[in-house]
Amino acid sequence: MSAVAASQRRPVSDAWTLTLRVLLFYRNSPGLVGMSLGAPLVMLVMFGYVFGSAIKIPGGEDYRSYLMPGLFVLIAVNGIMASMIGAARDLERGMADRLRTLPISRTATLLGQAVADVIVNAVIMVLMAGVGYAVGWRVHDGAAKAFAALGLLLILRFAVVWVGFFLGMACRREEIAAQAGLLVFPISTVSNVYVPTTGMPGWLRTIADWNPVSCATSAARSLFGDTVGTAATSPWPLAHPVEATLGWSAVLLALFMPLAVRAFSTHGR
Amino acid sequence: MGSAAITVTGLHKRFGKTHALRGLDLTVDGGTVCGLLGPNGAGKTTAVRVLATLAAPTAGHASVAGYDVVRRPDEVRHRIGFTGQHAALDEGITGRQNLRLLGRLRHLGARGARQRADELLERFDLADAADRLVRTYSGGMRRRLDMIASLITRPEVLFLDEPTTGLDPRSRNEIWATVRQLADDGTTVLLTTQYLDEADQLADDIVVVDHGIVIASGSPDELKEAIGVRVEATLADAAHLESTARILRGLTGCLPTIEADEQRVSANTGGGRTVSLPRLVRELDAAGVDAVDVALRRPSLDEVFLTLTGDNEKSLA
Repeated sequence: MSAVAASQRRPVSDAWTLTLRVLLFYRNSPGLVGMSLGAPLVMLVMFGYVFGSAIKIPGGEDYRSYLMPGLFVLIAVNGIMASMIGAARDLERGMADRLRTLPISRTATLLGQAVADVIVNAVIMVLMAGVGYAVGWRVHDGAAKAFAALGLLLILRFAVVWVGFFLGMACRREEIAAQAGLLVFPISTVSNVYVPTTGMPGWLRTIADWNPVSCATSAARSLFGDTVGTAATSPWPLAHPVEATLGWSAVLLALFMPLAVRAFSTHGR
Repeated sequence: MGSAAITVTGLHKRFGKTHALRGLDLTVDGGTVCGLLGPNGAGKTTAVRVLATLAAPTAGHASVAGYDVVRRPDEVRHRIGFTGQHAALDEGITGRQNLRLLGRLRHLGARGARQRADELLERFDLADAADRLVRTYSGGMRRRLDMIASLITRPEVLFLDEPTTGLDPRSRNEIWATVRQLADDGTTVLLTTQYLDEADQLADDIVVVDHGIVIASGSPDELKEAIGVRVEATLADAAHLESTARILRGLTGCLPTIEADEQRVSANTGGGRTVSLPRLVRELDAAGVDAVDVALRRPSLDEVFLTLTGDNEKSLA
């Protein structure tokens, strides 16, 4: 009586509805988009103007221009924290239960939210680019490559969101997720975002060079046409940063997408 | 309707070492309101979660609206509404937007979802607040919106897990009115509650659960009937407590409770047994007992509950 097409699933339209759910939220509170810019802007001031005034980049590039691509990457990887908190909140407040009693695919449920996150993030990246322009950062290699950089960072964002879904559901509670999410900061700092890895002690440099944050930063620098970062002596991930970033994204997705869907489906079973 | 909307047989559920359900049996007829009553930790929520396809039973069978919850979860999900203990709403969007999104997830289409949301908001008296962010709603409004959200597709069976816990009396009355409205529409409702008056008010049938099994079931009247009548005698002289207890024991067949401080003796009759007041008075008189007050009354559902869950001594102390 209630459902005409009882057993029919429509994963694509369901995922899109769940995308709308998140987009509506931002439409009602557009200020939150600006809030997401908070952390990178703080970093821009702290490093671009405070510490950066004493940092000399090999090759003599202006420090703020050196910093900007890394800040875009920070925006992308902060997706871990955002999605951790969101996933834990949905579990804690019973939203996950409600969604799981609907006849819709679990993968579609999470996918919709991931897609929304990427869309919102694209807006934030564009806003950040505006800020960058205001402080003197420029794209040197044409719009096509700049958009390629944006696309690459959004792919990375899409991948880390699933990491966040999984970790957030493992945390179960919003406040725990918020605490645990702060670990993103040290991870993103052991990288070439703020300074080149060449000056770091050997063991730390290896970690930093293979850090996906470094790969993505190098990739963004090269696509934006910056001169530094791709010396012939660079280790593989930094010599092939686009491939390395795509590789990392693929690995994270292959690992965490199924883990997140599984955690969502089996929570409380 | 009329046939069973929910059938549960021998349901077991373990979470690690916790044995939440230990062979639960339950039948709820279509179109009725069933109150699942029990203390905290009795297994009420677990039972509802299994029936709403959120948890998998360790053993036993459960079917809802004619479909097995384990083998055909999607068919069940198409036919149920579920309102858990938290108000599962998006705080950052409006009440209307919440309902529309759920309507779309129920495949009503954009237009159908819009119409259904408007209809529900109007009918359940939330139209005025519909375009405010849910964040600004009172606890009672959230609860009501949350319940309404389960009604998007006119579910055959609605699960309400402690729908009024933590609400003020006015909001509670509003929720009760909503449940009655649903029952009038013919929706089968399974609600869990710790409040006896709630079960008494709303339910056609009450199922008392403790330690994961059903310990009693029936209509509120039947349950009260089953525990029989309560006889109380308050005495002028404490010296007669023992003899009065003997008389009450003879009349009721049950062991009376003596409250020496109150100079009161009381006993419940066993199920089905009746006691005549004149006879009680005659017997007390014959024994030379000077009674200040003698009363025969039906037990409250509270007493039924406490008796059934084995805490009656504590309640009378």
